[in-house]
Amino acid sequence: MAKVPVQFRLNGSDRAAFIDAADNLLMTLRRGLNEFAPKYGCGQGTCGVCTVLIDGEPQLSCLTLAVACEGRHVETASGMAEGPNLHPLQVAFMDNFAAQCGFCTPGMLMAARALLDRNPKPSREEVIEAIAGNICRCTGYEPIINAILAAAGAGDQKRA
Amino acid sequence: MARHKGRGMAAINYPIGMNLGGDPSQALIHSNPDGKFTVALSAIDLGQGMKQVTRQVAAETLGVPVEDVYVDTADSDTGPHDMGSFASRGTHRMGNAVIAAAREARGVLLEAAAEELEVNAADLVTDGRGNIHVRGAPSRSITVRATAQAAQFRQGKTIAGRGIFLIPLSAVDPETGEMNPNTAFAHACLVADVEVDDETGEVTVLGMTSAYELGRALNPRMVEQQLVGGAWMGQSHVLFETPEPYYPNPDHGPRDFNEYLMPGPGDIAPYSASVLERPAPDGPFGGKGPGEMCANPVLPAVANAVFNAVGVRVDELPITPEKVLRGIRANGGARPQARRGG
Ligand code: FES
Ligand code: FES
Repeated sequence: MAKVPVQFRLNGSDRAAFIDAADNLLMTLRRGLNEFAPKYGCGQGTCGVCTVLIDGEPQLSCLTLAVACEGRHVETASGMAEGPNLHPLQVAFMDNFAAQCGFCTPGMLMAARALLDRNPKPSREEVIEAIAGNICRCTGYEPIINAILAAAGAGDQKRA
Repeated sequence: MARHKGRGMAAINYPIGMNLGGDPSQALIHSNPDGKFTVALSAIDLGQGMKQVTRQVAAETLGVPVEDVYVDTADSDTGPHDMGSFASRGTHRMGNAVIAAAREARGVLLEAAAEELEVNAADLVTDGRGNIHVRGAPSRSITVRATAQAAQFRQGKTIAGRGIFLIPLSAVDPETGEMNPNTAFAHACLVADVEVDDETGEVTVLGMTSAYELGRALNPRMVEQQLVGGAWMGQSHVLFETPEPYYPNPDHGPRDFNEYLMPGPGDIAPYSASVLERPAPDGPFGGKGPGEMCANPVLPAVANAVFNAVGVRVDELPITPEKVLRGIRANGGARPQARRGG
């Protein structure tokens, strides 16, 4: 099948790839652009590990056609740190021991960032809702919820 | 139709590691010319924290800063043999193997430093900050880095160590059938509070409280992390997950995350865990390690709590609404049991 070109911004830099028209964004990022932060979990929209931001909105990259991202801004967990300075969410995830195997972490960070970008002071319930599409097998979610609340400067809402 | 509260409890003894033909782990440590150390293990860190814990154990034994130790668990082709990461054996078995390897490497490190300082190796101590000095005379010192370079480029010595920890196969006594398959047991007790809806059969875990005795907590925050994550897994096993091959008909088994149920972030119960530290005599710095036992007591405790709430004894996991409802119907209605305590 003939390849088609696609161009979009990835974490602030312009990137281009030749892809199959039916390729999803996840595979384009991982195979075409060596961007491995979004993970391949289920490939069918049920686990959240492939979550990226497209023009600031959290989206499942496994369910997004890459060609649909033409001219848009795709952000992944790799773009969160500024040089050596980690994003407050990344610091909070470390401080709260919110990762064990780390497989869910890039998706959790993206879901959390989208939440805090639109709602800087979320309630515990709003945090839970924001990560409800992201499966974590290791942490029991509690440390992740606490980390997101801590990053929002709402450590007082921490439970237990 | 009503929602009934129930409380259940479970206590467990949990053997660390297994003993099917002996249970060995090996570790190799070597220094690099910059004075940092690499620990090679073949067991894999799946997120339990084994890399961090063995790193601490190696640094403590070598007498160097923890930042100066790198643990490489990448490859069972090139690393020394290990039985693997299972049976909650990581901290105990690999930790002990790492101690043995680090002791040997430390011996060579001090000999190389002694040669440079022209003193007796037995008189040398480490300060844990990257220096080696004569006991009682901190000014007669050399850095670990300079020692590693001297060993490498002048003395022609490898600062390295080999370690193995083996729990040998314990034979069965033909007369009594007795054997001693394990040397370290960890213990836990957990109380679960649930609410059972006698109309829908749904079980909600309201809260859990536990106490764990797991030797010394080598990294207390990671122990807590394991306990919290494990409690979620226990909740998932007891109320949600039907693993292979336990379906009535395997063709109807779940194929994806829409069908394989697990509790989400909105389903978690408040949980508090206390850790009792009783250093184990044969554990690395007294550690046994939490591992799988973080999940184990949740299952019987919740099953007991369901019985306490509605008088239904479900003895097949998971405890689904259907099983609870069938049990209630067989009993002719919910039969809340007596409650002890508050
Ligand atoms: S890989 Fe996209 S949701 Fe699972
Ligand atoms: S940390 Fe392992 S899946 Fe979340």
